[in-house]
Amino acid sequence: MTNHWIDYQHSDVFMAIGGNTAENHPISMKWIEKAREEKGAKLITVDPRFNRTAAVSDLYVPLRPGTNTAYLGGLAHYILENNLYHREYVEHYTNATYLIEEGFEFDDVAGVFSGIEDDPARNAKKYDRTTWQYQRDEDGNVKKDPFMQDPNCVMNLMREHFRNYSIENVSQITGCPVDTLEESYRMFSTTGKPERAGNILYAMGITQFTHGAQNVRAIGLVQLLLGNMGRAGGGVNAQRGQSNVQGATDMAILYHIIPGYMGTPQQAAHPTLGDYIEKETPETGWWSNKPRYLISLLKAFYGENATADNQFAYQWLPKLDGKDASHIAMYKNMSKGEVEGMICWADNPAVSGPTAGAKREYSAKMKWLVSVDLFENETASFWKREAGANPEEIDTEVFILPAAASYEREGNKANSGRWIQWQWKAQEPPGNCKSDLWIVNELFKKLQKIYEEEGGAVPEQITKMAWDYDGNDGQVDIVKVCKDINGYNVNNGSLVNNFLDLQLDGSTACGNWLYSGYYNDLDNPPTKRRTPEKEGIGSHLDWSFAWPLNRRIVYNRASADPSGKPWNPDVPQVWWDEDEGKWKTNDVPDFNVNIPPQQSAEIPFIMLPEGQGRLFSAFVNDGPFPAHYEPADSPVPNLLYPEATYNPISQRFYEDHVVETEEEKERYPYVLTTYRVVEHYQSGIMTRNMPWLIEMMPEFFVEIDEELADKLGIANGDRVAIESKRLYNNGEQDSIEAKACVTKRLQPLMINGQKKHIVGLPFHWGYMGKSTGAVANDLTPSVGDPNTTIPEFKASLCNIRRVG
Amino acid sequence: MELTRRSFLKLAGVTAAAASLTSVGYRKAAADPGERLRIRYTQEFHTICTFCGVGCGIICNVRDGVIVNAEGDPDHPVNEGTLCSKGSSISNVSYTFDEKGKPRPNPKRLTDVLYRAPGSDSYEVKDWDWALDKIARRIKESRDRTHEATAMVDGEEVTVNRTKAIGWLGSAFCTGEENYLFHKMARAIGIVSMDHCARL
Repeated sequence: MTNHWIDYQHSDVFMAIGGNTAENHPISMKWIEKAREEKGAKLITVDPRFNRTAAVSDLYVPLRPGTNTAYLGGLAHYILENNLYHREYVEHYTNATYLIEEGFEFDDVAGVFSGIEDDPARNAKKYDRTTWQYQRDEDGNVKKDPFMQDPNCVMNLMREHFRNYSIENVSQITGCPVDTLEESYRMFSTTGKPERAGNILYAMGITQFTHGAQNVRAIGLVQLLLGNMGRAGGGVNAQRGQSNVQGATDMAILYHIIPGYMGTPQQAAHPTLGDYIEKETPETGWWSNKPRYLISLLKAFYGENATADNQFAYQWLPKLDGKDASHIAMYKNMSKGEVEGMICWADNPAVSGPTAGAKREYSAKMKWLVSVDLFENETASFWKREAGANPEEIDTEVFILPAAASYEREGNKANSGRWIQWQWKAQEPPGNCKSDLWIVNELFKKLQKIYEEEGGAVPEQITKMAWDYDGNDGQVDIVKVCKDINGYNVNNGSLVNNFLDLQLDGSTACGNWLYSGYYNDLDNPPTKRRTPEKEGIGSHLDWSFAWPLNRRIVYNRASADPSGKPWNPDVPQVWWDEDEGKWKTNDVPDFNVNIPPQQSAEIPFIMLPEGQGRLFSAFVNDGPFPAHYEPADSPVPNLLYPEATYNPISQRFYEDHVVETEEEKERYPYVLTTYRVVEHYQSGIMTRNMPWLIEMMPEFFVEIDEELADKLGIANGDRVAIESKRLYNNGEQDSIEAKACVTKRLQPLMINGQKKHIVGLPFHWGYMGKSTGAVANDLTPSVGDPNTTIPEFKASLCNIRRVG
Repeated sequence: MELTRRSFLKLAGVTAAAASLTSVGYRKAAADPGERLRIRYTQEFHTICTFCGVGCGIICNVRDGVIVNAEGDPDHPVNEGTLCSKGSSISNVSYTFDEKGKPRPNPKRLTDVLYRAPGSDSYEVKDWDWALDKIARRIKESRDRTHEATAMVDGEEVTVNRTKAIGWLGSAFCTGEENYLFHKMARAIGIVSMDHCARL
């Protein structure tokens, strides 16, 4: 989130798209409702299902799963055609005026940008981005046209790109009636007025597609056009689904980054620390500080073993070989017998991963598996008869380590708004349960000891890792971990105040520069602060700590005009006081307050080298503008680009895995989408063992519209079989079963003159625990977005039939 | 006593409860608010809800080491005392409650280290030391067998120090401090296949 939950109270129009806030982030609705009650804010819900958020909305916009880019492209088109964008903001704070290379173009028939080429290693396409670059003069400065007349300036290229995203075309693709589309575009575009703020809130219904990153880009593009970025009540607000998914991302439990969003070293580009720094450090923008953050991280990792003479131990960080190493790739490697073991912390991919049935099958190829959890989960017990397996044939050793619940251990958790809050411990864990902190500490100490005593493959990689976290009585001293993350001066151990203190010479250590400052005072660590705000705009600067630097709304320079006057004086975030000649603030400024306002106005987006918001971005793998692609499993051709189908750059892993032929489209005629319910959580392994919640939502079900149910002779409560191309058993079509929930929440949609039905499944169930049910993700495909490899859970094809 | 918003709410709640009990004719003693409150003689702990990313504050009332009540933290600026169905049920992870509201351990909760041997059809209980030692051995065997110290890139030998044979998943359920140590441990082993539900 660029903003935070309480800031929702300042929005004038909300667009909930690809997220079901009322169901999945229920308490945040109070801030939406506050804005509606107190200032007449409007709520638009865009979703395939008339979900609980839709039920309380001012306007519901139905759309076919997997067509968000078309919908958002239509919104961009509407804003541009009707000149509803925030002109002063766009001219000053975005790259609308930048000129792009002459050779840049988009092929409307093939649906691809200039520079397309084959990528045989991935069985897909890729781009040469030469023509996507800014035009530069002899001195290297970007050429601009302040009047936006040049056909190659971003504004005009963007108008041209979205030319075909008319309301009529978008209606044919999405299935949403023309009037509803127009009304939603009109409502949201009103936030292009300088004093108004529009908030786009989303979740996995935007990201879980083979074009998910472009959906997010489209949201960013619209918000820049309307001048909603950096603004109270505005923003691109990814509503995170887990209590610390933000924090686990910040700490880089992801193959492609190391803590603080720095890229994992690549063998080809970064053989040495010098190479890494040279290639990964831009000359301008905040990331020009990257070397300070990297060297401080290496000092936190390797302590006194990291010196200027050994590249600060850089060579002990593993390097990538340029290939995807995300979980889909890992399971594919497992299927080939290349993964011997796995450690799984409170994760349950046998239910929550795509093509989950195949994952359970591949698991048998591992020699060992460690599962750390509160309850016995499906991933650990893939070998059981309940999973359809024969234990005698499976040689995998499985270790289940009993963990502590959230309130049985302490530590920080970062919420969606980047608030790093402290979770205190309320009771001891039962029996032999231990906190994950204790488990990782003990396990790594053991591993270090074995390597110290016996050696092995490059033992230094393990033995030289700085690891000193023991406390009293066999416990972990968490403060030692907090100091590591916050950062300290190597010479005397004193804590650094924040990342502005981090140095290049190895004199500071910091495990995650973004968290620097969260624990800079041992007596009153900011993460533990609990003083609510009494005045102001709801920033709550003395409640916990928000990264970066306790800033609550990022890019907040853009909340005021170039002279420093807030666009909306009713909710001032930062403002230039002419009389005193200085900035006044209700938040931590996201710019240099020591330079004149006109100067900081030139670089409001400080993380980017050019300092201005990217309506056009050459840094996205599948194109500088979002383009509509169908999902991999699609019931219709691409109506905008006749030769395109799904994203040509997307990540494919298996042959003959998605629906391609007309015959297959007939065999799997219905669009399948998955989602959550408020009573259950993710793979369900907690909530399916919590009696109160099971009582409220006891079993797995499939949602079917009334017309389809009628056609197939399905009544409420009937057993229904669901089939997909992913579900085969010994060459025979297999299926999963669910109880029918015939509902008005789903309605058939008219797609280019053809009626299409949508089928919905909650993905919370599995075969372990107190409440059991089939695994919805047995049906979903293992294909991913080309930037993130997030799987396409939200749109695929299926067949359903009544059982018995 | 300083009358904060919270103590006012507490007081108001007690008064309201007392009023309603008296009005239906209960004996005065039974209406004694102290005797009736489940959170009497409990210690309060602030925690953060374990479910979605809203990050609601929860107060756990603990008596004799047992959570007897968990409810929304009225001082927390995001949730202001409210919770959803999952957050309100959070103590169900540890306890089910009998008809009198007395907590009983949730029988499904894991409380022991379990081990499943190759070909076996059941788990057996083990102790921590045995399991951690065994797991460390398995990591070492797989790592030593598959570790790549260097790789050839365009005819040049590059140090890569990695193994693709060990996977690491998780976790969004764990704290920042836990995840930081996870990252250190995984990279020390040379793990490149690491992921969590931010991508799932």
